[in-house]
Amino acid sequence: MTTVERNGKTKDPVLVVVQLSGGNDFMNTVIPFTEGIYYDNRPLVGIPDDKSLPFTDTLAWHPSAAAFKRIYEQGKMAIIQGVGTEHASRSHFRAMDIWHTCEPEIVATEGWLAKVIREIDPDSSNPVTAVNFGRGLPRALAAPGVIATSVGDLDNYGLMSGIELQEERNRDLDIFKRMYTPAIGSGMVMNYLSQTGQNVLTGADMLAAAPQMYKSKVEYADNPIAKSLRDVARVHTAGLGTRIFYTSHGGYDHHAQEVPGHARLLKELTGAIEDFMQDLRDHDAGEEVNILVFTEFGRRIKDNGSGTDHGTGGGAFMIGENVKGGLYSEYPSLAVADWKFGEDMDFTIDFRSIYSTILNQWMGLDPIDIVGGQFEQFNPYTKTMV
Amino acid sequence: MTTSNATDLSLMAHLLRRAGFGSDREELERYASKSYEDVVDDLVNPEKFGEVEDEILTRYYPHLHGGIESPASWNGRWFYRMVNTERPLEEKMTLFWHGVFATGWTKSEHTPTIVDHIQMLRENGMANFRTLLLGISKDPAMIFWLDNNENHGDAINENYGREILELFSMGISNYTEDDIKSAARSFTGWTYEQPVPLYPYGQRSVKYLFREEDHDFEEKTFLGHTGNFDGGDIIDIIAKQEATARFISRHLYNFFVADEAQVPAWSIEPPANPGAIDDMVKTWMDTDADIREVVRTMFNSDWFKEARYKHVKSPTEFVAGVLKLSGEYHEPGPDLHTLATTISAMGQVLMDPPSVEGWHTGQEWIDGGTLTERVNYAIDTLNDPTKPGVKLIIDRVKADGDTTSPERLIDLLLELIGPIEIEAQTREALVTHAESEGALDWSSEESSAERVVQMLTLVVSAREFQFS
Repeated sequence: MTTVERNGKTKDPVLVVVQLSGGNDFMNTVIPFTEGIYYDNRPLVGIPDDKSLPFTDTLAWHPSAAAFKRIYEQGKMAIIQGVGTEHASRSHFRAMDIWHTCEPEIVATEGWLAKVIREIDPDSSNPVTAVNFGRGLPRALAAPGVIATSVGDLDNYGLMSGIELQEERNRDLDIFKRMYTPAIGSGMVMNYLSQTGQNVLTGADMLAAAPQMYKSKVEYADNPIAKSLRDVARVHTAGLGTRIFYTSHGGYDHHAQEVPGHARLLKELTGAIEDFMQDLRDHDAGEEVNILVFTEFGRRIKDNGSGTDHGTGGGAFMIGENVKGGLYSEYPSLAVADWKFGEDMDFTIDFRSIYSTILNQWMGLDPIDIVGGQFEQFNPYTKTMV
Repeated sequence: MTTSNATDLSLMAHLLRRAGFGSDREELERYASKSYEDVVDDLVNPEKFGEVEDEILTRYYPHLHGGIESPASWNGRWFYRMVNTERPLEEKMTLFWHGVFATGWTKSEHTPTIVDHIQMLRENGMANFRTLLLGISKDPAMIFWLDNNENHGDAINENYGREILELFSMGISNYTEDDIKSAARSFTGWTYEQPVPLYPYGQRSVKYLFREEDHDFEEKTFLGHTGNFDGGDIIDIIAKQEATARFISRHLYNFFVADEAQVPAWSIEPPANPGAIDDMVKTWMDTDADIREVVRTMFNSDWFKEARYKHVKSPTEFVAGVLKLSGEYHEPGPDLHTLATTISAMGQVLMDPPSVEGWHTGQEWIDGGTLTERVNYAIDTLNDPTKPGVKLIIDRVKADGDTTSPERLIDLLLELIGPIEIEAQTREALVTHAESEGALDWSSEESSAERVVQMLTLVVSAREFQFS
């Protein structure tokens, strides 16, 4: 494998994580369209075989995932089939916690990506090493002493964002800066607050520059995930040294009304990712980016008459200019005898194998301490950055 | 109106921030008209005062009732209580115990048991420690959270037996692995009734159940005592231990007095103020574990009165404190449930702590994101002269005189939102700004009021406002 260079300079690898919250129905995203058992168990939510979009002899895309079909055909998407873990949980929160902390058996508080930030930027010298788009920092990015920036609205980010007049806001920020000057004799905690306040100001100043520098021909759709990925593109192309981007796309918990709901979400998601990739290519800023799309679990094999309930084995996608497209791991067996708990697709690969692969091969880090052990890796890259 | 027994306002504000969620100025003056010890006595005897009628919320706002199975609406209801209660310490003790016996909705997703769990803490928060520990041990949310429903006479699950010692009473290194096993055996058969099916009935409360046939009635040895113990006997022994008195006193100190190291460090790091812990332990042992009296000792001590601004407000304390100042939600508001999102963005969700170890406290509440959320929340909430609490502050400033000098304006605001004290550089930054706009003369009512509000938003942005 060779490393990616631009103008003779090696570019730092970047990871973009897209979390599908609620449990994406993998079976209806990548559909085993030749299996009778699929249609038998999903009389309501099953996609008719004349509607789905076949891409191998046995698998077809959901009709709303046409953009993923195109990316896959360009050879830029790795589909990781049957993702899960032993001791998985069907609770959204617990399952998401496990993904965020890599601790299936105990409740842990350090996020896996926070540990990555600690490795990349041990002195917290860049407040935007990791940027989340959304409200509140996901646990994956949180750990004591680690700085990660969480942006609700890039165009109106930072302290005192509710103050409408820019002139007034600038004046107040200036006063804030003076109030948060570390001073001798203030005490440790007070000084920590001062430092944190200064970091927020620096991070906000850096991020404020991004929208001004950005020009693009790509017109993103008007939905939350498209907006978030456009924000990622704006910050990434500004070259602020951000190595980890995180964002979420919610609403995948389709216990009911799955047919229209899932179609809408997949259209939004896949379209946004296709636009995002085009945007990065236009900016010569795509080669260093690896996108990981994950969800906390798959859904039940049998539909419930309106949607599907929480299940076990799911699926993830790795996307990028340097991803070696194809199918990885195995589609879980659909034979009734193999159903987990008598009702779910089982998992065929531990999610920490995905993390280990990305950390080791893409980010150039030792994954063992971050994911809590040695997990088998696969080879989903044509080129790496490290 | 003050009497000779009146309490210094700064001291009373300190007490109300810690024993409650702060106060507006009128409330502060009302409390301060009594002697400090009398107020403490009122606080530790909440049954002297009426209860908050939070049922009113479901009557006025059916959508809160519709969301009854979501913890968000219950977070909102809890804030309504914090802001309106005449029993502030009752709510504060509930929040305290919630952090110690940290039980989360995440592992259960069954809202009624978590709601019952919190109510149990509320009812027993200042009872004898035995009563509280017995309540916790029979609490269906806790039983499921720590797997005691899988703790069987013929196959023990040690989870609860371990945590009741490690996290809920004595702290690590005061007992052996054999004591854990004996405790676990004593709690076998302590489980809950099968819940009513979710469909079509919706979620219903679950009751504690003792399954005699699943209980280990054999002899056990626990902390040097031998007998055919059951869970109640174990709790009785635990409550008598000085280690328990020390561990819970340190928790009380960390929550109410001054931020300590995080709990896992307690077996290594001595308390910040060993004398304070000794005082509380003495009361505990003298009163046979009467929490009410331990808490009274704490609030009446000099070390409590002196411990100003030694505690970083938790998101809940921060938000409730801002709401006390803004004067909102004296009537139930339809958007109460959005407060769950507010505190979540600051790193805390009530009824859903991150783990059985509860929340990490003190400085660990603060990172770039949470600080931004806190500062912006305080500004956005108070940046409105029509809110009753803000109006009260404006009126008080105005009543100070026809003109108010810049320095006097800052002092008044610090007085009216606390009183709180700030460091010299903070004051200088605020005064410099106030001076740039000259004295406040009320020649234009509206613009002067706006100026007061703008200055108020700056004052609450100060670092010092993050502390209690």
